[in-house]
Amino acid sequence: MWKYIGRRILALIPVIVGVTLLVYFIMSLAPGDPVKTILGEQATPEAIESLREEMGLNDPIIVQYVRWFGKLLQGDLGLSYKSKDSVSMEIASRIPTTLKLSFSAMTIAILFAIPLGIIAAVKQNSIIDGASMFLALLGVSIPIFWLGLLLILLFSLRLGLLPSAGAQSWKSFILPGIALGFHSMASIARITRSSMLEVIRQDYTRTARAKGLPYRDVIQKHALRNALIPTVTVVGLQMGALLSGSVLTETVFSLPGIGRYMIQSISGRDIPAVLGCIVVFTLTFSVVNLIVDLLYGFIDPRIRAQYS
Amino acid sequence: MSEDNKDLMLNIDSLYVEYRTDDAIVKALNGMSLQIRHGETHGLVGETGAGKTTTGLAIMKLIPDPPGVVVSGDIQLNYLDVQKATEKQMEHVRGSVVSMIFQDPMTSLNPVMVVEDQIAEVFEQHEKVNHAEAIKRTHEMLELVGIPAERGKEYPHQFSGGMKQRVVIAMALAGSPGLIIADEPTTALDVTIQAQVLKMMKDLKDRLGTAMLMITHDLGIVAEICDKVSVVYAGRVIEHGTLEDIFDRTRHPYTEGLFNSLPNLRDRKAMLKPIKGLMPDPANLPGGCPFHPRCNYVMDICSTERAPRVYRTEEHYVACHLYNADNIQQGGMIQRD
Repeated sequence: MWKYIGRRILALIPVIVGVTLLVYFIMSLAPGDPVKTILGEQATPEAIESLREEMGLNDPIIVQYVRWFGKLLQGDLGLSYKSKDSVSMEIASRIPTTLKLSFSAMTIAILFAIPLGIIAAVKQNSIIDGASMFLALLGVSIPIFWLGLLLILLFSLRLGLLPSAGAQSWKSFILPGIALGFHSMASIARITRSSMLEVIRQDYTRTARAKGLPYRDVIQKHALRNALIPTVTVVGLQMGALLSGSVLTETVFSLPGIGRYMIQSISGRDIPAVLGCIVVFTLTFSVVNLIVDLLYGFIDPRIRAQYS
Repeated sequence: MSEDNKDLMLNIDSLYVEYRTDDAIVKALNGMSLQIRHGETHGLVGETGAGKTTTGLAIMKLIPDPPGVVVSGDIQLNYLDVQKATEKQMEHVRGSVVSMIFQDPMTSLNPVMVVEDQIAEVFEQHEKVNHAEAIKRTHEMLELVGIPAERGKEYPHQFSGGMKQRVVIAMALAGSPGLIIADEPTTALDVTIQAQVLKMMKDLKDRLGTAMLMITHDLGIVAEICDKVSVVYAGRVIEHGTLEDIFDRTRHPYTEGLFNSLPNLRDRKAMLKPIKGLMPDPANLPGGCPFHPRCNYVMDICSTERAPRVYRTEEHYVACHLYNADNIQQGGMIQRD
């Protein structure tokens, strides 16, 4: 088990290298000059040139990248071009907001999706099934920013119940959580329904019924756990979707999180800040994936047997 | 008949079951009738798709609905009218009055649950004992089917096919039911294991005095274990009798065909004589006697009218136009080689 986890963590290194290298090149190729952004359009060519030299921007890109990566290995994400503060500090101050947002979104998604998926499967082709699958269709189709704006219109402007921006209290996370979680809820509900439908038709479900167990017990004790594997996979993948969705949600709801920070950094050509955010996102996604794989083993003894 | 019904464990009377899908209506059972007495082993023999499994599921009231529909007919299970029984009543009956051993032991156990918990559920459900007591009883059950009790903590994937089927059998016996439906219990197993499992089932059945409906297409198993035999074709019993009636005083051309298609062990060079043609599509059954397109003795009447039952003895009957009350006793309408 620990050997497996260790192997998986080692495998993270090439992933981080690949992702950051790609982003580094794309950012360097993108139009716009960070130095001009810092000094303003009126800066003299001499001033620009000396700052470029000072920041090491005249070196070949690969040299710049290796220098950056060397620092990363020491845990240093460099200084933000814009604020001159440590990128690590900038990100650390924003992580709680993004975490709270993802957590509330995922909680809302799972809390609704799994019961909805189960009921839809058990009552296949009923009105409940139709209604929940329509809701799921809406969920995967509606863009986050549009849903976010609608929620602000209704709950903040019309009804005045919930704040539309900022991260002052837990209330500030309800609307963004719904906007962000709705999409994940839809995907999770759909996969729960389809895997539940499959499990209900399995022989062991029939065996459980042949024992005389009430249908409710058959579903809860026998079917659900078997149906959870595909659901857990999708929950893991949705964590990735939540990270990218947080970029939009934080922008719409003016939440001071990493997603919004990354957007601001991209438009300001603040390469160290962008890379810092990318590293954090990549790490988070990989760790979530690892947790999902370990959860498989927890749910299914056949997979657990392969880990040792 | 009413006198006899007292010692009947199971009485199925002209049962019709259909599977209705968008594409077709599959007529799985077409007037199925069966009687099993307490403690008796009854073989249900027929080809794949003859409606054997549907019969078993109908007794358990577990025919998947949709698409399955019981159109008409009666099932009396130990005085309980299965068709009229509520789901609550059936939950009580399943596992304690009747239980079922399914064909494929590989898929009939829950892969994420240790086997002892799966068996213990039967005790918890029907005898309302606590978990510790249920596990204790489960260990006795496991020993009974030849599995060391300590292996109960293992998951189904750690068991071989034969061991899994033993677990399934233990599960079916746990509620000491009056009737066990065994749906091809050895088909998925290796030949060597088949004999072991079959012998064990027979011993346990005799010891516990349980009646059994043995669903199979294997005449060897029938000869080994059954008291009575019903041969099914297209969802209906076409010949029924005691083991000796069916094996030694065969009347129906289809039953005859089944015997003729067995390999001849004394003459290894003899060609197999399979029944010509294929089992008819149950969504599109031929009129009259459904066997007539494959029958070597077909007559004009066979394609238009269903054959009534002709009784040779009180037990042995055949549904075939070849026979009437006069010629049923001597037989000889068909050549047996």
